[in-house]
Amino acid sequence: MKFSFSEEQEEFRSFLRRFLEEKSPTTEVRRLMATDAGWDKDQWQKINTELGLTAIAIPEEYGGQGFGLSEQCIVLEEMGRSLICAPYFSSAVLAANALLYGASEEYKKKYLPEIASGDLTASLAFTEESGTWDIPSMTMCANKNQGVYNLTGVKSFVLDGHMSDLIIVLAKVDDNSGSQRLSLFSVEGTAAGLEKKLLNSTDQTRKLAKLIFNEVEATCISTEEDVTDAMQKTFLKSCIGLSNEMVGGAERLREDTLEYVKMRMQFGRSIASFQVTKHKATDMLADVELAKSAAYYAAASFDDEESDIAATASIAKASASEAYMQTAINAVQMHGGIGFTWDNDTHLWFKRAKSSEVFLGTADFHRELMMQSWDQ
Amino acid sequence: MSISEEQVRNEVRAWLEENWSPNLDLVEWRLKLADSGWGMANWPAEWYGRDLPVSLVPAIDEEFNRIGALTIPKSGIRMLAAATILNHGSDMHKEKFLKRIITGEDVWCQLFSEPGSGSDLAGATTKAVMVGNKWVVNGQKVWTTSAHKAHWGLLLARTDMDETKHRGLSYFIIDMNQPGVETQPLMQMNGHASFNQVFLTDAEVLPDFQVGEMGDGWQVATTTLMHERRAADSLRSWGQASKGDGPIYDQERVETETTMQPYKWYPQRAGRVDLIMDRAKETGAINDPAIRQEIAKLMTLHKSAEWTARRARAAQEQGKPQGPEGSLGKLAASNVARTAAKVHTLISGADAMLTGEDSPMDGTIAEILVSFPASSIAGGTDEIQKNIISERVLNMPKETRFDADKPFKDIPRNTVS
Repeated sequence: MKFSFSEEQEEFRSFLRRFLEEKSPTTEVRRLMATDAGWDKDQWQKINTELGLTAIAIPEEYGGQGFGLSEQCIVLEEMGRSLICAPYFSSAVLAANALLYGASEEYKKKYLPEIASGDLTASLAFTEESGTWDIPSMTMCANKNQGVYNLTGVKSFVLDGHMSDLIIVLAKVDDNSGSQRLSLFSVEGTAAGLEKKLLNSTDQTRKLAKLIFNEVEATCISTEEDVTDAMQKTFLKSCIGLSNEMVGGAERLREDTLEYVKMRMQFGRSIASFQVTKHKATDMLADVELAKSAAYYAAASFDDEESDIAATASIAKASASEAYMQTAINAVQMHGGIGFTWDNDTHLWFKRAKSSEVFLGTADFHRELMMQSWDQ
Repeated sequence: MSISEEQVRNEVRAWLEENWSPNLDLVEWRLKLADSGWGMANWPAEWYGRDLPVSLVPAIDEEFNRIGALTIPKSGIRMLAAATILNHGSDMHKEKFLKRIITGEDVWCQLFSEPGSGSDLAGATTKAVMVGNKWVVNGQKVWTTSAHKAHWGLLLARTDMDETKHRGLSYFIIDMNQPGVETQPLMQMNGHASFNQVFLTDAEVLPDFQVGEMGDGWQVATTTLMHERRAADSLRSWGQASKGDGPIYDQERVETETTMQPYKWYPQRAGRVDLIMDRAKETGAINDPAIRQEIAKLMTLHKSAEWTARRARAAQEQGKPQGPEGSLGKLAASNVARTAAKVHTLISGADAMLTGEDSPMDGTIAEILVSFPASSIAGGTDEIQKNIISERVLNMPKETRFDADKPFKDIPRNTVS
């Protein structure tokens, strides 16, 4: 398996890093996170048009660039590092993969090129108020009335759900044999009967919405086949993507903290000269580097279609959840009082660490998944 | 003029065809390897090698393995001795020792660590004093593998108490078979005695057996230690004796078994993660949700450590400079060992209180539970490791030293050592 970045990939990464540092400094992150929308349409379109970020992992036949998950994970890692406020994870990861694996050819052709170009933003509404990430546990049902589907019920924790042009909804339908199957539906963000409630998320850079469906007309975009497997694949791929985004943030926090302790003088000496600080900094390095290895390995395994990918994805997510949060806790501690203030940037990543720790499943949840996949 | 891999392979192949036979005596075969230079091809041509770059050695080994011909085991203390002698030794040393290192006729041991200096190796207090025309050595060494079988010892001793710590050390090769050298096994907390303590009481060393100049001891020891780290990596491959039929294979097997004897518990020291899933299923612990979580935590740690090592290797193969991932292996390994011991305990329950034949897997599990602490101590404690990483990788300030500039005799030492 190819498990090291090529020169081109490294160049792409450093270019992207410089670009995001310039376009999305924390002043910009702070400005956008305080808005309801959470991102700036014009600005994001400019960035995206220049770099083609939303197109990167969408197959060429659907208007994308056809790169693998490994390449997209470079984008995600750098985005996690910069905390850029943009509807990327919702559209280019969750929704795009749900369409790619779960939609019929007709709807792939209809939506994916528009997502690739960045003209269309989309959200995947699969989780509900219970907060479970377990695909088969979803309860919403679609009713068919005179050949038209409509949806009633609540989807929650929907990333960017308050702002997206298109909502992809996971719901059950009755099939002809009297049992139920999971299907995918599309709903316009402006559809009648759809109430979109922006939730107060602790991590203001990651907007979550509750979507209340009241007999909303919906188009079934999957085939006659049950989409459970397709959604599981979407889910694990998204977990790998999120893990890579998370290790990017964790590394940035680790580096910023190291820089801070080297600068900070107390008791007539650099606090970086205290052995307890040096050892903690080394622990942080180990946490982040091991989580990075798991995230990179998972992305490469996905591209290589390794058979153990479900367990690997869960290892990556569990590892990233623990490492990012622990790094954030250490970062605040090592900054001391200043690290607890709103003005200091540490809390921006601390909160992203917290939301990512839980989003798509906590470490415990993923540890159980990995045990199930090994203990079959 | 550089030589291509293809050329080297052709030459080895031709030479092997003419010389290799499984019916040879092991020492006889190794003498051929010494004389031809194919045993240690990266050594100088005048000293049993062929002046080839070390990068070609794997190709040569491959040619040997292809036809089942035995190579020279490239690890063990005797190879540390060889590396040190090649770098710093006199022609007399090379003449006297190198050939018998290749043949394996001489057993070597390393006399560096002392009860009073482990991590702080340069704090050695074993003294060598010139009396008449000989060095007379007094002191105690510890953690010495194979001291009881060794013919020769690599000795680090203090020759000047008025000099600074590092400049007051000299390096010697000491004859282990003499009245002034007494070895005793050192029993570990896990019941094994893999190492010795060596008591040096008026032991003698001839002046010719000093390696390097007076006060060069630390510098020479650094060469030995550098090779020790590499040798530790190849220990595992050495543990697998060559497969084959014939007297020469039997001889090598016996040698390997004897050499590997002290390391029998090393897999247990590393935590035996490989046993976890089977043990959990066998005991039913796999059905306990709390234990499942702990198993998964261990596996996450274990796998991400393994992938980190792979990432470091992949980068190395691409010729990239070593990133931070390359320095974390040892710390990660001791964390894995510690966590594995905890999980084995959870899985075994009350049985974790027992040892020997009363304990699971005829004592293997019990051995894990009392062996893992060595992982975070041997070959550099976790704490020293963290100092090194924070200073070299993270560029954090170096520890303040209180022992660098003053005469060694003025440096505070243990009241009891």
